[in-house]
Amino acid sequence: MSTLLTVANLSVHFPVRSRGVWRKTTGRVVAVDDVSFSIARGETLGLVGESGSGKTTLGLAILRGTQPTSGRVELTVPDGTIDVTRLDKQALRDARRHFQMIFQDPYASLNPRMTARDIIAEPLIARRSEKLSRKIIDQRVVDIAEKCGLNREQLRRYPHAFSGGQRQRIAIARALVLHPDLVVCDEPTSSLDVSIQAQILNLLAELQESLGLTYLFIAHDLAAVAYVCDRVAVMYLGQIVEIGTTRDVYFTPRHPYTEALMSSVPEPDPSAHLQPMLLQGERPDPAHPPSGCRFRTRCRYATELCATTPPVPVEIEPNHFAACHYARELSLKGALDLRTTNQEKVAE
Amino acid sequence: MAGSVPVLEVSDLSIALGQDGARIPIIEDVSFSIARGEVLALVGESGSGKSVTALALMQLLSKTLIIAKGRILLSTGDGYQADIAALGKDGKAIESIRGARMGMIFQEPMSSFSPIHTIGAQISEVVEVHENVSKQAARARAAELLGKVGIPDPKGALDRYPSEFSGGMRQRAMIARALICSPSLLIADEPTTALDVTIQGQILDLLRKLQHELGMAILFITHDLGIVAQMADRVAIMYAGRIVESGPVGEMFRHPAHPYTRALLDAVPRLGDLDRRRKIKPISGSVPNIFDAPSGCRFHPRCPVADPARCAVALPPVHARGAHSVACIHGKAELPA
Repeated sequence: MSTLLTVANLSVHFPVRSRGVWRKTTGRVVAVDDVSFSIARGETLGLVGESGSGKTTLGLAILRGTQPTSGRVELTVPDGTIDVTRLDKQALRDARRHFQMIFQDPYASLNPRMTARDIIAEPLIARRSEKLSRKIIDQRVVDIAEKCGLNREQLRRYPHAFSGGQRQRIAIARALVLHPDLVVCDEPTSSLDVSIQAQILNLLAELQESLGLTYLFIAHDLAAVAYVCDRVAVMYLGQIVEIGTTRDVYFTPRHPYTEALMSSVPEPDPSAHLQPMLLQGERPDPAHPPSGCRFRTRCRYATELCATTPPVPVEIEPNHFAACHYARELSLKGALDLRTTNQEKVAE
Repeated sequence: MAGSVPVLEVSDLSIALGQDGARIPIIEDVSFSIARGEVLALVGESGSGKSVTALALMQLLSKTLIIAKGRILLSTGDGYQADIAALGKDGKAIESIRGARMGMIFQEPMSSFSPIHTIGAQISEVVEVHENVSKQAARARAAELLGKVGIPDPKGALDRYPSEFSGGMRQRAMIARALICSPSLLIADEPTTALDVTIQGQILDLLRKLQHELGMAILFITHDLGIVAQMADRVAIMYAGRIVESGPVGEMFRHPAHPYTRALLDAVPRLGDLDRRRKIKPISGSVPNIFDAPSGCRFHPRCPVADPARCAVALPPVHARGAHSVACIHGKAELPA
């Protein structure tokens, strides 16, 4: 498989400003810190992490929704390689047909004054380099809408007439109408009910197959991520701490944070008793991350080395990287090891 | 657990939206009970009426919502008994229940604390209102409870403001406030939905520990079947304002009898799916709008095994075997022997 997206040493810093008139810059939050990874064409990479881990900022920075501080984002499309971080305004506008985004909240991401048809057609109209006739636009809108499970009749309606699941279908159709290569899905099912979430997850999988899409799938729901992703990257305080195939990361994690995450997911099976490896304390303030390894303040395996030296990612098995000094030595438990299947309840 | 009088017994509770004289039913004929030391999970998707049911239990419904019929019988260990449905929204009687005999925790801990008062003041206030104790004694109790819910330096925390707490810590403080008068029943409405998964694990663990220690009953409202499986003794599934199935947690997950329960379980992705090559199955259509609820069985338009001639016309019969009951025309055949 050929590589579609290459992210190299990407960092995003936000200034911390003081209160008052001058709003002096008093520090900075490193939201994304020296992140590197790649995604192959047709693949889905999951990006998991808790709130404040920088996963949404990373997704936005890849699409230039927010300006990266340093690093490179390269998209290899049939007509060449685009360095997204260095595009000027006009070139960026042109390049956007290659990458699109689907957001979490289908109530906030759709303009209530536009019909579904106009919402989906907007990216086609906004493209100045290619003037399309109304007939062609209509044809393409209907085409993609039908692929997303919306019928021609519904396209005349305004967003308020749709349920949450249908709104998300409109948002997906809008993102796909330009036939992008890469789609960044930021928590696309988090605000939906269980029964609707399954519809959208299956729709995304079908569309990937029929349109040859590549996804960066950002979510905190680890079970949903396991369901749709080929590979997974785990983020903590702006850094990728582990990346590998979904199977490797979930079943044989090599980073203590991944182990804690996997152990915390309540399994919908009353006979599988969860033995959560609860993390100590809370996530540190991203403006003042701990020295050395950022996870050490909550890590049960941390030593003095972790406080002084930041760990570098090591390849433990082919294509499975973890940034932990003890990644090779620790024998960590995976998503399945943590669930006992005995019938009796574990007494407190 | 069983045998004695349940802490809470809700029978045939109906709640209606009163609008311009018209009454639109929102909750219909909801019945359930919770024994001492038991956790009942009330499960449903958004708009199913689970939160409205919880608010009604404390007489906290907004002005437009009316308890149309039914009983909410609270029986606490000290011999106290009252029908909350008959108490009304104001007055001494209901105030002696709210926060004292019944505690409540919500999804969003930020909006349930006042930002301009200290955590200590807001927690000890509960004791001062309900019990005849001095300010000092109330403060000491608040500190004790904050320690119990795992807040470091509980004495110092008394003088801090909610904004100085993280989401997880605020949720702990809310639990402390709900439990300070040792309630017989705790109503927990999606208490971990706004939290990160590792913090959620901490809070669920804490609730389980406190429940064992204090022997209280918990009504746990959630949409997350994983939390249900890990927390509940019994489960009641709500759909469009009605309970469609209820029973012991193990049996409900192993032998779900209602098509909606089965569909919900089939729609949830699980961590082990990778290994089993399981495919999730969505439920077609969407959750009905209460103003336009389907006739007969409210699930019938989405139901794969509906018989339109019967399901669209009349309410389905309720079948029960032991503690497991289901409202479906196929109920009798589906209930495990």
